[in-house]
Amino acid sequence: MNVRDLWAEALHGVGTRPTRLFLTILGTVLGIGSVVVTVGLAQTAAGQIDKQFDAVTATQVTVEPATSSTGGTERTLAALPWDAEQRVSQIAGVVSAGAVATLDVGTLAVTAVPVNDPSQAAKAPPAVMAASPGLLDAVRAHVVTGRYFDAGHDARADRVVVLGAGAAEKLGVHRVDRQPAVFVGDVAYTVIGIIDGAKRVPALDDAVILPAGTARHDLDAGPPDQLQIHIATGAGQVVARQAPLALDPNNPDAYTVKAPSAGSAVRGNVQADISALFLALGGIALIVGGLGIANVTLLSVMERVGEIGLRRALGASRRAIAGQFVVESVTTGLLGGLMGAAVGVMTVVGVAIARDWTPILDLRVALGSAALGAVVGLVAGAYPAIKAASIEPVAALRGGV
Amino acid sequence: MTVDLFAAAAPLEPAEPAQPDGTQPDDAAPVVELRAVTRRFPGPPVVEALRAVDLRVERGDYLSIVGPSGSGKSTLLNVLGLLDRPTSGEYLLDGRVAGTASEGERARLRAQRIGFVFQSFHLLPQRTVLDNVVLATMYGGVPRARRRARALAALERVGLSHRVGFWPTTLSGGERQRVAVARALVTEPHLLLADEPTGNLDTASSAQVMALFDELHADGVTLAVITHDLAVSARAARRVRIEDGHLEEIA
Repeated sequence: MNVRDLWAEALHGVGTRPTRLFLTILGTVLGIGSVVVTVGLAQTAAGQIDKQFDAVTATQVTVEPATSSTGGTERTLAALPWDAEQRVSQIAGVVSAGAVATLDVGTLAVTAVPVNDPSQAAKAPPAVMAASPGLLDAVRAHVVTGRYFDAGHDARADRVVVLGAGAAEKLGVHRVDRQPAVFVGDVAYTVIGIIDGAKRVPALDDAVILPAGTARHDLDAGPPDQLQIHIATGAGQVVARQAPLALDPNNPDAYTVKAPSAGSAVRGNVQADISALFLALGGIALIVGGLGIANVTLLSVMERVGEIGLRRALGASRRAIAGQFVVESVTTGLLGGLMGAAVGVMTVVGVAIARDWTPILDLRVALGSAALGAVVGLVAGAYPAIKAASIEPVAALRGGV
Repeated sequence: MTVDLFAAAAPLEPAEPAQPDGTQPDDAAPVVELRAVTRRFPGPPVVEALRAVDLRVERGDYLSIVGPSGSGKSTLLNVLGLLDRPTSGEYLLDGRVAGTASEGERARLRAQRIGFVFQSFHLLPQRTVLDNVVLATMYGGVPRARRRARALAALERVGLSHRVGFWPTTLSGGERQRVAVARALVTEPHLLLADEPTGNLDTASSAQVMALFDELHADGVTLAVITHDLAVSARAARRVRIEDGHLEEIA
């Protein structure tokens, strides 16, 4: 009796009682399903946390002057220096840094061409901001066209500007190769580039950005509002401790630092605890499922004593009988595993859709858990198979089939 | 049935290597040879179902075994069918030692040399008539490609070609027993063992089955039929009676 015959006979045995088969595999389906759901949701949630992490805090430190409010007025305790960029660049873990300030230009108009069109509806002018040369990298914005200004522009106080994408749209500037100009008041500034994607400081998107030196020379700009620092992953605590000292060794308390907290680690631990709990429940369900298969296979052996006797009389060896029942229970387990994996994957995808998450599930987990069902079937079928093989044909043939 | 030409041409030469106990397998040997076979069931009380039974069944014999209930008929059939082992004594099947052969060897002999027909048919209810017959070829080692044709031929021989795709539960008793006979014949056994084949059948169905047995006997099949129905046993060419484990020929 070869393997193909064995499978054919076993599939017949499994397939002739569909209702019982369904009830038998229910435990395995639940067990495998909960394992897949647990692992899948853990992976999905982990991916989701990583994303938030990255999007908000994981690699970004913000330094602002501390404020104190006395008698209803709020004032800053210290001023950020415009060379803060150089001062913090020596700290381990700092990838890039840049200072930024929003300028109050009063009543000065910000226009692309000095044309006074009375028929045009008044539009809110774009903001005017001053930035240090490192800001582009610090906020991880990118240049859409042209270039960003450098330390030379800053030092010489060149009359150049970079436009945020929103501001460029508003001013009607789409290309910089013809050196368009933007007027702040009646002073012309050459547009050298357009940037976009400054999610860390969204205001940059709608701003006309001047080099800090130029802003101080022409518009009497004050100190920066904030210092944006792009840090290496995990350097948050170090940078948060050292940046105020680097900025003002005498008065480090004058700055407020926003750095990635260690709280995410706690959240990760909570997640891990929940996963362990669900995995344990899944494991228990799997054991119960295995016992179910063992029970039903044993019952099936008892019911089919006559058939076993007949097969022995027809020349089946003990091994062939044992093999048939093992293959039957492995098939049952595998079916349960496949269904469980399918149910699990669908649940993970469903939850992810409901929460607007990206479902993440290792394919190996889905396939492996289906195979786990087969293993459960194998273990569960071992005892009934031995029992079936040990039935004496003489005794078995006394009853009918 | 396999025919060993060399054994026929040179009967003194053993066709296969001599077995450990010195017996020589030989196709000229009787199909069944029991030498002082005893089967004792450990008690309490100890039951001696067979007591020093000697029996030779030659090729082509049609043997009926009669006796009252509890006389040891079924035990004898189980021993002959390699479903049970004798407590002592020797059993040679086709000249080969079968009584003390290994479990795997006995399974192989059952599959290839012995066909069973049971009183209660023993057909699998969830399989078609054809599948039930094919089942025997699977264990008999018939190549997959030839199984279906062999099974169809066996069904035709018992006159059931028109019932091939039926479920056994929809057949009459006589038809079911003929399916069982087809299943027993499909591997071309050297010995066909029938245990009360008409025990569950009415007179008409019994007549059908007995007529079929007569045909098989005419075709040269070796038959051993256990029965307590004297009408059935009267059809056999040779009759033996078993009583209290003792076997005796009926003239």
